[in-house]
Amino acid sequence: MAVAESHMDQGFTFSKLWRDKRYRGVLMQILVIAGLFAFVTFIVHNAIENLAALGKTFGFAFLNTPASYDINQAFIEYDSRSSHFRAGLVGIINTGVVAVCGIVLATILGFLFGVLRLSNNWLVSRLVYCYVEFTRNVPVLVQILLWYGIIVNSLPTPKVAAADHGIWDVIFLSNRGLYIPAPVFGDGTWLAGIALVIAIAFAIFFKIWAKKTQDATGKIYPVFTINLAVIIGLPLLAFAAMGFPLTWEIPELKGFNFKGGAVLKPEFTALWLALSLYTAAFIAEIVRAGIQAVSHGQTEASYALGLKPSWTLRLVVIPQALRVIVPPLTSQYLNLTKNSSLAIAIGYMDIVATIGGITLNQTGKEMECVIIVMAIYLAFSLMISLFMNWYNKHIALVER
Amino acid sequence: MTDISQDKSALQDDHGPDYAPGTHPSLPPPSSSVGPIHWIRVNLFSSIPNILLTILAVWVLWATIPGLLNWALFDAAFQGDSRSDCRAVAEGACWAFISSRFGQFIYGFYPVELRWRVDLAAIGLVMALVPLLFDKVPYRRFGLYFAAAYPFIAYFLLMGGLGLEPVETSKFGGFMLTMVIGVTGIAVSLPIGIVLALGRRSDMPIVRVLCVVFIEFIRGVPLITLLFVASTMLNYFLPPGTTFDLLLRVLIMVVLFASAYLAEVVRGGLQAIPKGQTEAADALGLTYWKAMRLVILPQALKISIPGIVNTFIGLFKDTTLVIIIGLLDPLGIGKAALADAKWQGLAAEVYIFIAILFFICCFGMSRYSLYLENKLHTGHKR
Amino acid sequence: MSEAYASQMQVLDEVAIRIQNMHKWYGEFHVLKNVNLTVNRGERIVICGPSGSGKSTLIRCINRLEEHQRGDIIVDDIELTNDIKNIAEIRREVGMVFQHFNLFPHLTVLENCTLAPIWVRRMPKADAEEIAMNYLEKVKIPDQALKFPGQLSGGQQQRVAIARSLCMNPRIMLFDEPTSALDPEMIAEVLDVMVSLAESGMTMLCVTHEMGFARKVANRVIFMDGGEIIEENEPEEFFNNPQSDRTKLFLSQILAH
Repeated sequence: MAVAESHMDQGFTFSKLWRDKRYRGVLMQILVIAGLFAFVTFIVHNAIENLAALGKTFGFAFLNTPASYDINQAFIEYDSRSSHFRAGLVGIINTGVVAVCGIVLATILGFLFGVLRLSNNWLVSRLVYCYVEFTRNVPVLVQILLWYGIIVNSLPTPKVAAADHGIWDVIFLSNRGLYIPAPVFGDGTWLAGIALVIAIAFAIFFKIWAKKTQDATGKIYPVFTINLAVIIGLPLLAFAAMGFPLTWEIPELKGFNFKGGAVLKPEFTALWLALSLYTAAFIAEIVRAGIQAVSHGQTEASYALGLKPSWTLRLVVIPQALRVIVPPLTSQYLNLTKNSSLAIAIGYMDIVATIGGITLNQTGKEMECVIIVMAIYLAFSLMISLFMNWYNKHIALVER
Repeated sequence: MTDISQDKSALQDDHGPDYAPGTHPSLPPPSSSVGPIHWIRVNLFSSIPNILLTILAVWVLWATIPGLLNWALFDAAFQGDSRSDCRAVAEGACWAFISSRFGQFIYGFYPVELRWRVDLAAIGLVMALVPLLFDKVPYRRFGLYFAAAYPFIAYFLLMGGLGLEPVETSKFGGFMLTMVIGVTGIAVSLPIGIVLALGRRSDMPIVRVLCVVFIEFIRGVPLITLLFVASTMLNYFLPPGTTFDLLLRVLIMVVLFASAYLAEVVRGGLQAIPKGQTEAADALGLTYWKAMRLVILPQALKISIPGIVNTFIGLFKDTTLVIIIGLLDPLGIGKAALADAKWQGLAAEVYIFIAILFFICCFGMSRYSLYLENKLHTGHKR
Repeated sequence: MSEAYASQMQVLDEVAIRIQNMHKWYGEFHVLKNVNLTVNRGERIVICGPSGSGKSTLIRCINRLEEHQRGDIIVDDIELTNDIKNIAEIRREVGMVFQHFNLFPHLTVLENCTLAPIWVRRMPKADAEEIAMNYLEKVKIPDQALKFPGQLSGGQQQRVAIARSLCMNPRIMLFDEPTSALDPEMIAEVLDVMVSLAESGMTMLCVTHEMGFARKVANRVIFMDGGEIIEENEPEEFFNNPQSDRTKLFLSQILAH
């Protein structure tokens, strides 16, 4: 206090500490810091004593020991002798896979439903309203379990599904997942690949060229239609030229399950569907609100200038609606990613189920495991909010 | 009156009778532009895409509704003691399962002879909430006093003590647990959320940074990781030898979680209050806390109520996550019951029942929030 | 003097807009009752009347922002029907200025002006920009071309809106209360632009309460009430010697202050 006193105004009295606005602020902050410090010391001290009492140490060395459990969906090489670290990596990738798939499907459905909700077709708009309200107001965990329950309990066993011939004997929907033929590409596929690259390059070039031509001559080309046709058509043509070097690996019943083909496992399917449908309902509302936020006057002005409805949508409504839609949309993406942690309830092996679940239980490293899982989600959240801030800055309407 | 003008319009040819300026009567619109047929034409068949949409919608309805109704009602079994009993009667849903476990879904493992205490607490909750939520209730003042006393009443009713037989929280379960977590979560987190929101807008940099870090940290991790902290880590941070109840630990985490989200909602409300209000309060000579309590917060909270209700809906739905750390809310009861060999394979029934339970509560709350929003908007429009 | 000034501007014998026995309903509500109006090319018409009298609805029917249920509207020899082609053609020829400007906030002033010429008239960008700058100069704000609408004052925004319509080179201009959302000091700058537009011989239909403007440039003033045209006359006659009681009442109300 004596040190502080020498710096203060000559008229300093102790009563100023809580009467003068400036000093009081400083005092408050010092108190807050002291309190926080005391609190942190207290819990760290407790943690050290508790760990010592249990004979545990704090450290991440366990990550290099063998995990000795299996993961049924691994996109990188993994077996039970791999380390916990690798198990965590598999978990992160699985979280990423379901999050990305979920975001893609939820965005498509959400935009579709949001637009349909605004459709002047009364029946469709009511139907979407019912879907949105029902889905939004039921916990996502219930929906995940419901989908999983339906898939596992109500779908036939592989044996029955195979006996029923599935769909044309190539696609089988059973309680072990959805089995579809896997494409096996033959020798000539490279040409189609090259054609695709060429088509994409052409599409980019054509878009730039069309814009330049329009600027110079005013001529408008149907860029989207032409590009779509080229991107689909050219590889198909190349593929046909090589005589369709494609065979299908058809799933077959071997023992109790199908072998071969590609499979969507029940855990992934349930999680993917539930997360997408749940988030789509929220996105639909965001899209609806975003489009409605563009005032009626904007479309009227555009019509009055002679722009046709499709161009009004593209040039006037969508650019403005996107500014309103994107910020809450990113936070929905974040929510979906965080909700994917519910995977543990149905045994989809994401980061929570691997590091936060089996690894935690096996090693007893509660603190370390929870910290790792939290840090991964935090890093992801931070990235999304950085993007959001960047986007908001770049796209914000210039006002005075 | 309508009849007369209709006669006139019937008589009218293309030019119509000549009226002196200013005397033209209001005529009914041409029949092609009003009435049910016009409505159907405009709303369902106005263009080719519109017709296609109508066909699609009808197809969706036709493909789902009859099957669903059959399964859930017409071909469903409402009585029986096992799944095979149900199957013997009907092909569809087996609701007997739900009715046989209904008590558990609502009360969990709360002793049957003491369930009246839960009922009483629920009635009390309604009595406390009505004066809080609606401002035109007779005797609202007394209702508000009751609401203030309610947490203590509810505590003793549910936990026992003061002469009531004590009940352990591990017996709490079912929908009652959902309500306990949800209501406590929101009631305790609201004041914390307000403090955090004020802290985030404070001019004291250290306070501000702390609040921002706390809020963003909590919002950045899934609730489930916080629940893991509650179930596995929290005991490490307490003085050696102390243990406390899992439900309490979960409640602490739920409160922290909800307060971070509420802080953001309240901050939005604070930001919407024009600066002039603070300046006016300053000019009147109010201190910071007085200005906040008397001028700023009442307004800010009022406009954030819809957001607060939405946060509560989210929290209410999130209470289901407690099954992952072993608490038995309706979902937990349902999962446990599904393990019973007698009833195996009835996941759809259980989860649909729970979904409807939550839907009723959450949809009700969202309607309430909509009602508030409309009320607020009309308030602003004068 | 003002009368002489108005008559300097040439009115051709050619019909620009013909509205015959037109009726419109909003649901059950009869908004426009048996409206008959012929506008010749080069004519400048001011429509006034109390709020809710249907005057805005009337001019919004002319470019089909509202649909009429009975009667005919013929603009530039094109009849307004549900035919999308006709609607598009009429909208190309008819410019409209709104009460709330309705500039596109995500585009710069220049882009606001070039949007329709580029996409509807299929003009090369450079040409469209040249025309836009030309009109922006006419409305006296060429220096604001690269700003966004949100950075401009109300009066400036409305002048941009006028320039934006003119860039489509319309043959008829509709004004829907162009000055009623403006602060008093900004009304004059917008009216100046409208006067000079009138001097250039543009066919204009203005819904406005600016009686000074009406006296100065209008060939005819139309008074509407209850969805009907109650009175139409030359401005001098209209203001000095109104025929109907409702017109007198209305004029006494708006000229009182």
